Amino acid sequence: MIQTIATIELPVDERLVLEKNRLEPEQKTGREKRVSLVTGIHGDELLGMYVLYEVQRRIEKERHKLTGILDIYPAINPLGIDSINRGLPQSDIDMNHIFPGNENGNLTEYMASQLIDDMIGADLCIDVHASDIFLKEIVQVRMQKQDEAKLLPYAKMANADLIWISASATVKEATLAHSLNMMGVPTLAIEAGSGMRIDKDYGDQIVEGILHILKQEGIWQGETTEVRTPDVAYAEDVDYANANASGVFMPAVNIGDWVCKGQQIGEIVNALKGTVEEIISAPCDGKIITVRQYPIVYHGALMYRILRKNSLAK
Amino acid sequence: MTENLNERICEGIEQIRCFRKEEGTRLYIKYMRKEILYSLKAPYRDDLRVTGYRFGFGEKTACIVGALRGNEVQQLYICSLLVQKLKELEAHGHITQNHEILVIPSVNHYAMNIGKRFWAVDNTDINRKFPGIENGGTTERIAAGVMECIKGYSYGIQFASFYMPGQFIPHVRMMETAHSSASLANLFGLPYVVLRKPKPYDTTTLNYNWQISGTNAFSVYTNDTENINEESAQMAVSAVLRFLTRMGVLKYNCHGGYIASVIREDELTAIHAERSGIFRPILHPGDEVVRGQIMARILDPYEGTVRENVMSPTDGIVFFTHQKPLVNQKDLVFTMIRRLHA
Ligand SMILES: [Zn+2]
Repeated sequence: MIQTIATIELPVDERLVLEKNRLEPEQKTGREKRVSLVTGIHGDELLGMYVLYEVQRRIEKERHKLTGILDIYPAINPLGIDSINRGLPQSDIDMNHIFPGNENGNLTEYMASQLIDDMIGADLCIDVHASDIFLKEIVQVRMQKQDEAKLLPYAKMANADLIWISASATVKEATLAHSLNMMGVPTLAIEAGSGMRIDKDYGDQIVEGILHILKQEGIWQGETTEVRTPDVAYAEDVDYANANASGVFMPAVNIGDWVCKGQQIGEIVNALKGTVEEIISAPCDGKIITVRQYPIVYHGALMYRILRKNSLAK
Repeated sequence: MTENLNERICEGIEQIRCFRKEEGTRLYIKYMRKEILYSLKAPYRDDLRVTGYRFGFGEKTACIVGALRGNEVQQLYICSLLVQKLKELEAHGHITQNHEILVIPSVNHYAMNIGKRFWAVDNTDINRKFPGIENGGTTERIAAGVMECIKGYSYGIQFASFYMPGQFIPHVRMMETAHSSASLANLFGLPYVVLRKPKPYDTTTLNYNWQISGTNAFSVYTNDTENINEESAQMAVSAVLRFLTRMGVLKYNCHGGYIASVIREDELTAIHAERSGIFRPILHPGDEVVRGQIMARILDPYEGTVRENVMSPTDGIVFFTHQKPLVNQKDLVFTMIRRLHA
């Protein structure tokens, strides 16, 4: 059942409507668990569109096996999604920087508060992100250190390749995931692939993970597959290769590849002079978990993230 | 004569460190030094150069930063006026001993030159990247490079802009941290000092990080951002000169300015639009208003009929007004300073 969470009048002949779809068992007991699936906070991250569609398609095929409530929120930033903007098109505000919002605030704050109000009380929330247009990333669950104890059991069921636990940061306190975690709704942030693209294989991997979690939570009785065992990485387990020249980035390795420290993994070239501006070598032995997709780089641009080999022994 | 002197000084910063020139009976102390504080190579554009102007010698006393965003043209303009003024004051020996002032008119003119507000490649805001990371991403590196040059000053002044377009009563804004001092902010002589409780996303701004690093940091807000407002630009320049004079850095004959009222940002009364449409303000920053007075009208964009009369909920003074011709429902259209009745 499609439900409206919030509507806002735009200046000229248009309404911004925040909607969700609620899937419920035909016979309710009133004691069902409720899980929220969210995507589209960032308007340029589209992988979750496929994931949320596919989860619904699988469930609709065997609707009688749904034994809990599933709320689907596919477009938290509808204006951004429909206009290829990561943030709010009018103000460039990042929707994931304003939670928990404010009922008496402006458009974004109001929408955020209505969304939070609607999600409070859920037993679990899964927020599907992709990377931005610059990077491609393996399927991963991200969390802050402070949430590790609570979220790690769920994250391990998500069929991800990696669980990345970062140091807690004040600036992350305004994300949807943080707000919900603070309010007692365990919330996983999943990230995979690239911005503005849908990588179906990654999408299917996440779908399997979500169905597995739904089954473990007791709200889905359909078939699920065995999930992968993810690597678990803390902040210090991930190394970075940032550009130290500006130019055109040409990668030499792929996501998931194993590399050795010092191995040449790419170049930054200059198309005017025909020269190589920087040879990029791997900063450590490990596995490539992030590869830059967008070729133009300035000093500082992130080109690779590498999961250190020695961290995997743990 | 000053032109001549300037040329000689531009030959090299090191050479001019101790350079003085007798001319007639007057002693001219050397001129401002222009330096490239930070530079970044681009794939095909000219280098991004962050330029600083230093005045005076000795202790790092005051640092003034202009456009961190590409739309902060007014802030850039104010800095240019300030550079002119400080140049003149220095030439006349009116910067007191053992005080150095650094002015950085612009950081993100890369965006300004192509009509963007943020770092144009990834749309990141340099004013959300402080204190920066030396080996981090591009804008983190820029922030770190700038931070390195601007830390250690006793006073930090940023000409800032609000995240949404609008007009303010000119004021000095400070983050309320353990390090903040509202009484110092009074010395600018602007009508208001606004104290803001830092929110999570404020912790990555220049102002916040300046304060955390031990600098007394102030953000000066004037009327405009994308357009030049001459009157408020002059007001900002006067405020900074007044502050520096009162701190004993300049010898300058300035007018007294205002005795500032100190207000907390969360005490301002916010008025949001209940309807969307064409926004026609009636009142402007600084206007007195009584409860129930119509402050603006929101019109149906097709038929011109009044959808909403935006009414004042209280007696007071208009502090902020929305500036765009269109409004969304829920947009902040005014903030007011509530009048306290005795
Ligand atoms: Zn995202």
